[in-house]
Amino acid sequence: MHLDDREQKFLEEVANKIRKRIVDIVEDAGSGHIAGPMGMADIFAALYFHLLNHDPKNPGWEDRDRLVLSNGHVAPAQYAAMAYAGYFPVRELKTLRKLHSRLQGHPCREVLPGIEVSSGSLGEGLSQAAGMALAARLDGKKHRIYCLMSDGEQQEGSIWEAAMFIGKNRLSNVTAIVDRNSIQTDGCTENVMALEPLHEKYAAFGWHVLDIDGHNFEQIVDAVNEAKAVAYQPTVIIAHTVPGKGVDFMEGEYRWHSRSPNREEEKKALAKLRTLGGKIKSEDD
Amino acid sequence: MFIRGQKLNKKLFSKNVERAPVRDGYGEGLVLAGRADKKVVALCADLFESTRTHLFAKEFPERFFEVGVAEQNMAGIAAGLGVAGKIPFVASYAVFSPGRNWEQIRTNISYNNSNVKIAGHHAGLSAGPDGAVHQALEDIALTRVMANMRVIVPCDIHEARKATVAAAKMWGPVYLRFSKSETPVITSEDTPFDPGRAEVFWESKSPKCAIIACGPLVYNALLAARELENEGVGTIVINNHTIKPMDTARVLDAAKRCGAVVTVEEHQVEGGMGSAVAEVLATNLPMPQEFVGVQGVFGESGQPGELVGQYGMGVRDIKLAVRSAIKRRK
Repeated sequence: MHLDDREQKFLEEVANKIRKRIVDIVEDAGSGHIAGPMGMADIFAALYFHLLNHDPKNPGWEDRDRLVLSNGHVAPAQYAAMAYAGYFPVRELKTLRKLHSRLQGHPCREVLPGIEVSSGSLGEGLSQAAGMALAARLDGKKHRIYCLMSDGEQQEGSIWEAAMFIGKNRLSNVTAIVDRNSIQTDGCTENVMALEPLHEKYAAFGWHVLDIDGHNFEQIVDAVNEAKAVAYQPTVIIAHTVPGKGVDFMEGEYRWHSRSPNREEEKKALAKLRTLGGKIKSEDD
Repeated sequence: MFIRGQKLNKKLFSKNVERAPVRDGYGEGLVLAGRADKKVVALCADLFESTRTHLFAKEFPERFFEVGVAEQNMAGIAAGLGVAGKIPFVASYAVFSPGRNWEQIRTNISYNNSNVKIAGHHAGLSAGPDGAVHQALEDIALTRVMANMRVIVPCDIHEARKATVAAAKMWGPVYLRFSKSETPVITSEDTPFDPGRAEVFWESKSPKCAIIACGPLVYNALLAARELENEGVGTIVINNHTIKPMDTARVLDAAKRCGAVVTVEEHQVEGGMGSAVAEVLATNLPMPQEFVGVQGVFGESGQPGELVGQYGMGVRDIKLAVRSAIKRRK
């Protein structure tokens, strides 16, 4: 089922709205991560507005697909996507990282409906996704478990414990998506601690592995749909992304991994986003 | 003398008192919990016989998950099962779970308030000949410091079985601590067990010191109390099996009537059950307290019984602690 032009354009607009909101709220919070959330905006748009079987008005719906955000530091992207999808009012995004907010610096299950598990401690989402997948299998449920991960967290040993378990148990209801943006806090992943060949590593653990352009909606949608059709293997989608996507002075620059923009930088970034590719007419929001 | 209503083992003070491994109570309790509720599932990290999880695996193979030597993954999987509506029990040696995987338990289980029960086996010095690496002397401190977590230390096989069954019925994360070695059967099938309720097992006339113990060392505490009574020193012995949330009312009542306290545990004295009691006393009723436990050192190879004496938790050590606590009374 391919995307038609209308759907494609719709997702692009959603992603751009998410990006603008990320710049806005991370600047406002005065701390947090920006490059990762910007790089994953397209994936979040595709998931929340096209792929996930979910109901924002009934986040506890038993048969919903589960989205486990293992790399909790990209929460601003998830929060923006959730707000636009209708989980909570868009104006609540302004409370990010502030006292009494439901939008904790890293997602908290106990306070925000729609968050499946609290996260932010890297390398732990895939195990929890495995537990949810086992429960679904025991109960004969058809929903799927999506686990989003960063590439840097592939350096955690527990990821590979989980990868081994999921592969061995053929948990085909798990689809993992790795944000392969090649940066982490201390530099480029291949310099800090090389991950390649990542594709072959997952394949060796019994996974169906797909490499895609994480900014190409058609590829994102096709890969997720292909994963649904794989009957005896879990699937990992290695989504190659550009960190800081959409703002030229952030793109591919690891120093933007874990810092927030100041007012001036925010203004410049928003100006870039408003005219993205000349394709998008955007109101000043 | 014994408190009658507790229905303790009648042969408790006899030389041929029955002995049984506390961990067997976990295995039996897990099967009972599994029969009572099909949401109960069990996980193990390559130690299914040693942790007695094999009894459950045999009866409910589809609800048992072997994760291999991967305690961090086990805690995470359990957290996921818990938020998906299951009641997972994870078992390994306490050194590895909650030791190795402490942060997964903190973040995935406690912070998520996932309904997971953590069974820490071979706790205290009971791993004996295996030596210090396998002797968990820090697990009570590690778990009781976590928000949302409950901590229960059964004293014998019967209490272990009851605690396991009870844990399955409680909502939220629970840490259960089990000893490996065969230890005296202190209680009976009919002894009351209520999580969160400390039990008075012994009370002399005009007691001068409350001995607050947990785990198999409750036995040594009772032996010490009997000898002390014969020597004219009255005590109260409390089986303080639930360390968190503690039965502060009962602990304070006993402390108030005695004016001095001795805590007894097979754990480092820093941060353990004794520290938890000290927190309660310091806040409500400051009084002299002596701590019987491991005094900030690692264990070594040896028979569990020998090690308990070697590291200062024998009957003689408890009696000395009681006498010095009483000396410090105002």
